[in-house]
Amino acid sequence: MNHHYLRRRLVERIMFATTVGATAVTLGVLFFLLGYLAWQGATSLSLDFFIHLPAPVGETGGGMANAIVGSGKLLLIAALIGVPVGFMGGVWLAEYGTGWLAGAVRYAADVLNGVPSIVIGVILYAVLVRPFGHFSTLAGGVALGLMMIPVAVRATEEFLRLVPGSLREAALALGAPKWIVIVRVVIPAGMRGIAAGLILALARVAGETAPLLFTALNNRFWSPGWSQPTASLPVMIFTYAIAPYEDWHRQAWAAGLVLLVLVLGANILARAALSRGGSPAAS
Amino acid sequence: MTGDGQAAADAPTKIAVRELTVHYGSTRALASVSLDVPDRHVTACIGPSGCGKSTFLRCLNRMNDHIRGVRITGRVTIDGEDVYAPSVDPVALRQRVGMVFQKSNPFPKSIFDNVAFGPRIHGERDPVRLRGIVERSLRQSALWEEVSDRLDRSALDLSGGQQQRLCIARALAVEPEVLLMDEPASALDPIATAKIEELIHELKEQYTIVIVTHNMQQAARVSDYTAYFYMGNLVEFGPTERLFTNPSRPETEDYITGRFG
Repeated sequence: MNHHYLRRRLVERIMFATTVGATAVTLGVLFFLLGYLAWQGATSLSLDFFIHLPAPVGETGGGMANAIVGSGKLLLIAALIGVPVGFMGGVWLAEYGTGWLAGAVRYAADVLNGVPSIVIGVILYAVLVRPFGHFSTLAGGVALGLMMIPVAVRATEEFLRLVPGSLREAALALGAPKWIVIVRVVIPAGMRGIAAGLILALARVAGETAPLLFTALNNRFWSPGWSQPTASLPVMIFTYAIAPYEDWHRQAWAAGLVLLVLVLGANILARAALSRGGSPAAS
Repeated sequence: MTGDGQAAADAPTKIAVRELTVHYGSTRALASVSLDVPDRHVTACIGPSGCGKSTFLRCLNRMNDHIRGVRITGRVTIDGEDVYAPSVDPVALRQRVGMVFQKSNPFPKSIFDNVAFGPRIHGERDPVRLRGIVERSLRQSALWEEVSDRLDRSALDLSGGQQQRLCIARALAVEPEVLLMDEPASALDPIATAKIEELIHELKEQYTIVIVTHNMQQAARVSDYTAYFYMGNLVEFGPTERLFTNPSRPETEDYITGRFG
C-alpha cells in the first residue's frame, strides 16, 4: 500500500514537472524570439529605414521605403480579392449553405488553406507572370489574395453562426424577406467578429514570402504602377538575411521588427474590435 | 363544442383553422385542430409543455416554414383568405400577423431603430413619419414615458420587461391586424408581467390577439376565449369564464384544477 502510494506520488511529480517544463520551453522560445528580434531590430532601426531606398551594393546605409510601400500595395490587392470573396462566401455558407454544395465549398476552402504557399506562387507564376513576360505587384497581390480567401470564408461563417437565431426570427416575424434579415440584422450583429477575422486573415498573409518569390519578385528601386516587380518586407528580409554583408543583416533585422510590429498591431486591433461591445450573443 | 372550436365564439371570426395537422419529421405535433379565433378578442392557448400550442401559434404566421422537415396540412384562413395558398407570400402575411416571442429579442440597435425596423423595411423613409410611428408604437406598448428621452440608446440597455415591451412596440409599428404572443411574460418578474397583461387588455381594442401561456391564472386574467391543447389535440375551446368555471371535458377540469400537468 505504502509502496503504491509513493510510486503514484513520484509519477505525479514527474508528470507535473514535465508539463511545467514543456510550457516553459514554449514560452521561453517565444520570448527569446521576440526579445532577440526586438533587440537586434531596434538597434538597427533608424529613420533612414523608413524613408530611403536600399543603398547600392557595397555601400552601407539606405532603407527599405520601397519594400514598405510595396508590401502595402500587395496587401491592398490581396484585400480587394480576399475580403469580398471571403466575406460573400462566408455569408453564403452561413445563411444559405446546406446540402452537398456547402459541404463541397467548406472542403474546398480547407484544401485551399492547406495548399503550400509556394505552390500558390508557382501557379500564379504560370498564370499571371509567364504570359506577360514579367513579374508584377499584381501577380503577388493576387497570390496573397487567394491565400486569404479560405481563412476569410471560415471566419465570416463562424461569426455569422454566432448570431442568435432569435434575432433572425424577430426580423422574419416583422415581415422581412430573408435577404433583408441577413443584410440588416445578421451581418450588423456579427460585424465586429467578421472584421476581426478579416484583419487576422490579412495579417497572416502579410508575412508570406514564398508566394511572392515567383510573382512580385523583388526590386531595389520604386515600383510605379502595378505591373512591375516590387520589393516587399518578407522578400527583402529573405534577400538581405542570406546576403554576405553585415550591414544587410542589420537591415533584415530592422525589417523583421517592422513586419512583426505591423502584424502584432493588426492582431491587437482585431482583439480590440472583438472585446469592445461584447459578442453578438449578448442580447 | 368539445374538441372542436368552430363557431364557439359569439364575435366574428378573424382566423379560421380547419383540420390543421403538423408533423416534425415523423413526430405529429398537432392533430387535426379546428378553431375559430374571434376578431378583436384575446384567445389564450393553454396546455402542458409539448402539447402543440406553440406549434399552433407559429402556423398562423407561417413561422414553421423555416423549420426543416415540417409538414403542414389543413387550412388556415384570415378574413377568409387562405394563408397557405401558393399565391400567398409569407413575407407579406407576416406584416398582417405580428409576433412577440417568449424571450425578448431586441436587435442590437438603438431603441428608435428597433421600432423603426419594420416600417423601414416596408418602405417608409420619411423621418417625420417614422418618428410618429415610433412614438405611437411606444405609447401603445406603454414604454414611451420611460424611454422618450433616450431613443438613441441601445435597446440592450433596457431591463427585461422593458425589452419585451419594446418587442411589442416593434411588432405594432408594422400595424398588424393580428398579434401572436408566445409566452410573452414567462421570463419576466410579477410587476413586468402585470404591465404586459395590462397592455394586452388595451391592445385587444384594435388587435386580434392569440397568446400562448403556461400560466393558467394569466390565461384567466387576460383572455376572452381559451383553447386547451393536450398531446397535439384541441381538447376544449370556449369563453374563458365558462372554460375555467364549468369545463365541459373532464380532462380540461383536471388540468385547470392542477390535478395534472
